[in-house]
Amino acid sequence: MKILVAVKRVIDYNVQVRVKEDGTGVVTDNVKMSTNPPDDNAIEEAVKIKESGKAKEVVAVTIGEDKAQETVRKALAVGADKGIHVKVDGIIEPLAVSKILQKIVEKEKPDLVFMGKQAIDDDCNQTGQMLAALLNWPQATFASKIDVKEKSLEVTREVDEGLETIETNIPSIVTCDLRLNEPRYASLPNIMKAKKKPLEQINASDLGIDTKPRIEQIKVEEPPKRKAGIKVASVEELVQKLKNEAKVI
Amino acid sequence: MSALLIAEHNNKDVKPFTLNAITAASQIDQDLHVLVIGHSCETVAKSVSEVPNVKKVIHVDDEIYKNFLPENFAPVVIKNSENYSHIVCSANTFGKNLMPRVAALLDTSQVSDIIKVTSTDTFLRPIYAGNAFATVKSTDAKKCITIRPTSFDPAPTSGGSAEIVKAEKSEASNLTKFIKREEVKSDRPELGTARVVISGGRGMGSGDNFKLITAIADKLNAAIGASRAAVDAGYITNDHQVGQTGKVVVPDLYIAVGISGAIQHLAGMKESKIIVAINKDGEAPIFSVADYGLEADLFEALPQFLEELNKLNTIQK
Repeated sequence: MKILVAVKRVIDYNVQVRVKEDGTGVVTDNVKMSTNPPDDNAIEEAVKIKESGKAKEVVAVTIGEDKAQETVRKALAVGADKGIHVKVDGIIEPLAVSKILQKIVEKEKPDLVFMGKQAIDDDCNQTGQMLAALLNWPQATFASKIDVKEKSLEVTREVDEGLETIETNIPSIVTCDLRLNEPRYASLPNIMKAKKKPLEQINASDLGIDTKPRIEQIKVEEPPKRKAGIKVASVEELVQKLKNEAKVI
Repeated sequence: MSALLIAEHNNKDVKPFTLNAITAASQIDQDLHVLVIGHSCETVAKSVSEVPNVKKVIHVDDEIYKNFLPENFAPVVIKNSENYSHIVCSANTFGKNLMPRVAALLDTSQVSDIIKVTSTDTFLRPIYAGNAFATVKSTDAKKCITIRPTSFDPAPTSGGSAEIVKAEKSEASNLTKFIKREEVKSDRPELGTARVVISGGRGMGSGDNFKLITAIADKLNAAIGASRAAVDAGYITNDHQVGQTGKVVVPDLYIAVGISGAIQHLAGMKESKIIVAINKDGEAPIFSVADYGLEADLFEALPQFLEELNKLNTIQK
């Protein structure tokens, strides 16, 4: 079995994102970047399945500018066998990403494709489902538990009502929740070893896909600010304020 | 052209957020039709037809739709989408799971999680966990849109009498099999629609300590929320999680207890009307969004809070 894992480079989850003054986007210069957090869970799960003997190969793929390679290198350092970087500059929407991934799937022929359930930059939550549609594969989204069986997957999904369990045929797409596992850290020796692992580079323009955005970003602005609140000295004061000032109890 | 909204339901009742999505969808196009797909869900079709903003209900009923699998839903949505300019759904786990599958099959770039309708093609949506708002314009002929329900008021549930039309099912996919759903039953208000929400974080220290929160929730008729840290630690189940990848809540009163206030948690609650933070760390970021902050040990503050609430006899339900 072969598992393809898609990883995305995003602004680090701990960074307080700032909007550019000209309204064209958010500040990314000199800002710490890292792998989209649930993509780390996707890599971890694939590596764990390989370690259990149920998979033979884990391939990590990223799509983006040159620096996006860092996310693939990190995936290689925690156990992926091979990396692919599809180079594309500028904004690329989930629909175009899923079309590129479709091409990579046709080329690599994985049995499973894993990725995070949502990227924490554009918060779209689309790519896995779109890829599943394009390939006519089943989709197991928001996975918090994956059980690989002979010819199928049993996946527990986090849904609004609680948990749902489904069984999908293989091949299948799985989008991973943060609670799926605890991603490991890359050790220094493994980071060094990862530098010797193969990393293939492909130009998106060579894949024959129109990646032009269909959504025009007109303006990016700061959300309305909350007015500064106060500190209360006691529970008694808090309850009085809630009753008499805010009038919410 | 008209808009087509995909209803979320449980084969018996319409999910409340479908009503918020109806409000948003009818702001996009007044000629709003609703697609009700399910199994033995006549009561759902009927109740949707009574929503005044709805002009027509299309009802597709078959056993293959019983468990809302997107592999079965997407083909029937596509089949019924021909005459519509907008396909709309609410952005909860149902819509998030289904809509991108529909959008890709229609070769449309989906606009997710909108919080405002500016025009038929232009929408406002939060990005970066709500730290920025983007105004975006869709250039696709057929648009797929998901709606953040808490940003729109629910539509009224009576007064309308839309025509209900039956439509044929599509082929079953057989790609996926439903096994089970573990729903957490509760008599409390739903987290997404509650007037008051009280949430606990890692500072609660254990699942057992959530009883301090439960006691206050009972008193205030509040829903119970949690930070991701509290869910990860196993204090409480995932359906309580508030935040960027959990639920977004906009109650009149949000009480955050033992929650430090990571960006990802703030994304799910900072639009609440009044925010109270109780935390022993005076530097915790949660205080930066709180209208009323109480720097205190929650194990002392919560019992006192309950005692003070018990002294009041005018609590709104």
